[in-house]
Amino acid sequence: MNSSPDFRLWLIPILPLIGSAINGIFGKRFSRKLVATIALAFPAAAFAYALWVVSQFAQLSQSQIPHIERLFPWIEANGFRADYGFYLDQLSVTMLLIVTGVGFLIHIYSVGYMAEEGGYYRFFSYLNLFMFFMLTLILAHSYLLMFVGWEGVGLASYLLIGFLFLKHSAAQAGKKAFITNRIGDFAFLLGMFLLIKQFGTLDYDKVFNAISPLPVEAGVGVLTATALLMMVGATGKSAQIPLYVWLPDAMEGPTPVSALIHAATMVTAGIYMIARSNVLFLHAPVALRVVAIIGALTAIFAASIGLVQNDIKRALAYSTISQLGYMFMACGVAAFSAGIFHLMTHAFFKALLFLAAGSVIHALGGEQDMRHMGGLRKLIPWTFWVMTIATFAIAGFFPFSGFFSKDEILWKAFSDKTHGSWIFWLIGLITAGMTSFYMFRLWFLTFFGERREPVHNEREEPTGAVHAPGSAPADGGHQSATQHGHAGAHGHDTHGGHVHESPWVMLAPLVVLAIGSAVAGWVGWPQAFGGNNHIDQFLAPVFRTSSEPTRSAENFSATEPQRSENPEEEVTLERTLAGVSLATAFAGLGLAWLFYHRRPELPDRIATTMRAAYRTLLNKYWVDEAYYATLVNPIVDGSRNVLWRGVDVGIIDALVNGAGTTSKGVSGVTRRMQSGSIRSYAAWVAVGAACVVGFMIWMGLHA
Amino acid sequence: MIPLSWYLILGAILFAIGVAAFLVKRNIITIFMSIELMLNAVNLTFVAFASHWHQVSGQVFVFFVMVVAAAEAAVGLAIVLAVFRTRETLNVDYVNLLKL
Repeated sequence: MNSSPDFRLWLIPILPLIGSAINGIFGKRFSRKLVATIALAFPAAAFAYALWVVSQFAQLSQSQIPHIERLFPWIEANGFRADYGFYLDQLSVTMLLIVTGVGFLIHIYSVGYMAEEGGYYRFFSYLNLFMFFMLTLILAHSYLLMFVGWEGVGLASYLLIGFLFLKHSAAQAGKKAFITNRIGDFAFLLGMFLLIKQFGTLDYDKVFNAISPLPVEAGVGVLTATALLMMVGATGKSAQIPLYVWLPDAMEGPTPVSALIHAATMVTAGIYMIARSNVLFLHAPVALRVVAIIGALTAIFAASIGLVQNDIKRALAYSTISQLGYMFMACGVAAFSAGIFHLMTHAFFKALLFLAAGSVIHALGGEQDMRHMGGLRKLIPWTFWVMTIATFAIAGFFPFSGFFSKDEILWKAFSDKTHGSWIFWLIGLITAGMTSFYMFRLWFLTFFGERREPVHNEREEPTGAVHAPGSAPADGGHQSATQHGHAGAHGHDTHGGHVHESPWVMLAPLVVLAIGSAVAGWVGWPQAFGGNNHIDQFLAPVFRTSSEPTRSAENFSATEPQRSENPEEEVTLERTLAGVSLATAFAGLGLAWLFYHRRPELPDRIATTMRAAYRTLLNKYWVDEAYYATLVNPIVDGSRNVLWRGVDVGIIDALVNGAGTTSKGVSGVTRRMQSGSIRSYAAWVAVGAACVVGFMIWMGLHA
Repeated sequence: MIPLSWYLILGAILFAIGVAAFLVKRNIITIFMSIELMLNAVNLTFVAFASHWHQVSGQVFVFFVMVVAAAEAAVGLAIVLAVFRTRETLNVDYVNLLKL
């Protein structure tokens, strides 16, 4: 480790920070062109430098990995020591390329998308700041530094969701995201305390080395508790049940933000953290099972909500939650590399979906309701084609990227003897079908058929009305705010007007991402189909060396013994399952085609016949309402009536005010001594002197 | 030989008269004079003790007191003049600006 070269890894996160600082401090006086140049130059430099680092990393020998660079001691207290340092292994390299690469593309896109918006410099300053924290998060060499990045991306997310802070719903959504995340962060913090108590350190290498020799916990012990707390932290950041509620509201932010932070990078931090802690989780099978269950539930739950959403970005938000659930489930069945693989492909196609959706919204001058779209295929052909690729990718069509990663997860969920179960596979499969359905629903509604002009006063109530309690009590006009927020900003007055294709600065990133969405999955071409699953082999050292002492190591790679028992059968099974999931994807496509293209009146009829189910989905299972009733309102009421009116006003204010009135009363009496008359002063002196004399006489008599 | 206690009693009487005059009188000049009376009552006791104990330091103190009293008279009378010029009265009850 000591012999490995110095990559100056700290340069990677620092570069965007410099960009953020320059734009944040001086940006107000800069022209837009200069702001954009700075905002692009620094992430580009970080990306280029990251590429160089990766090329150097590839030349390291196995013994030099993980590559650790300690910069300086950060905290030293009573035997506990935390350094400021960076950690590079296959996992962080993968994340590094995703974050810098996709991040840079989204920066380019933002230059075009935000061109008409106010606060241009502010936006890019925040965006660069996000990059800094995200890179800190993935490159950190200890949980503590990871936590710094973890909190930092939360801050950047808050700032960017509430970017249009004059809009009430946006400000509310920002707060909601921040507070919800805080709950998870609290659990993460407790998990770290447990680690310190157990192992006295938070450095990855030391913690993992300390855990490795321990026996796998059969029941619920300290390791399980730690892992569960970490997992709660991850559910906050990665929007899993029960803390997912902030993500749909986070769509209030500008679309590039949704793409970068709330789809491609930040929300995957929880997955990354669990994958990073794989040693810990493998020693706590109970926690691992909980992760799998939560992931599976979230996947199918969010997908079912996504079936009926009408806001294009909201539909994608639920899709994101669902896909994150997939990754969670992958981690839960100990298929960490499959989870990270899906994280990577998802970063491509989900960023692409969001950016393309942004392009659609841009083209329509701020319209986000899919019921008012349609027939855009000919009008915005570029957007249509990249969106098509992304849709096929997420729906899991061969040979697009989503197919490989999703299939890998499903296969691992099915085949892993220790951690997997056919139930997970089934849930995953149903979710895949739903995903395919709602994505093609979106596709058909947006690009096919005839343009449906909005009819403002006949709008259905549910979405707007439902959302109101979720984000703010006084939020009745939310729906229209969402729709017209952009309209004003972009300076398009008419909805129908002329639909225009986005400028090249927005299309170029879309095309690059489309290529990525199409081919990124090929690095994970499974062996059952004649590939050799590069990504799995690349990531294997991270997930295998660390878990070698345990028996579960067998379940990691395709080359492990359990496969070789019956290689032929296994391969046949894997192929069959892949066929089944592909068929499911086609079924979703077919249904969507039937419902939203061939016979558009069908959905309404079904919605009427199955009114209860439809309303439940449209209202998102009333989770927001339930949270309000059980958690938010009691806290607000308690704060208002007990803490504010009781403690604050009744005790603290009373004490302070009492001190004030008391001294005022006393001084009201004593100030009368200060009459201003010399003779009264003299009298006081005389009285005082007499007292002193009297006292001395008294002392003299008693001496 | 007059006993020491007589001097002390005389000094106490003089001092009490000074205090009483200080408290009762309204004219600044009179008050000033009563201060001088109190100082001299103290001087008398100093001298009496010095003579009684055959110590010179008491007499030295008296010189100091007289010097200070002279300086005080100079400053004090200047203040009285200034007060009279601005307030056109020597009645201390009307010189009561120094209050809340």
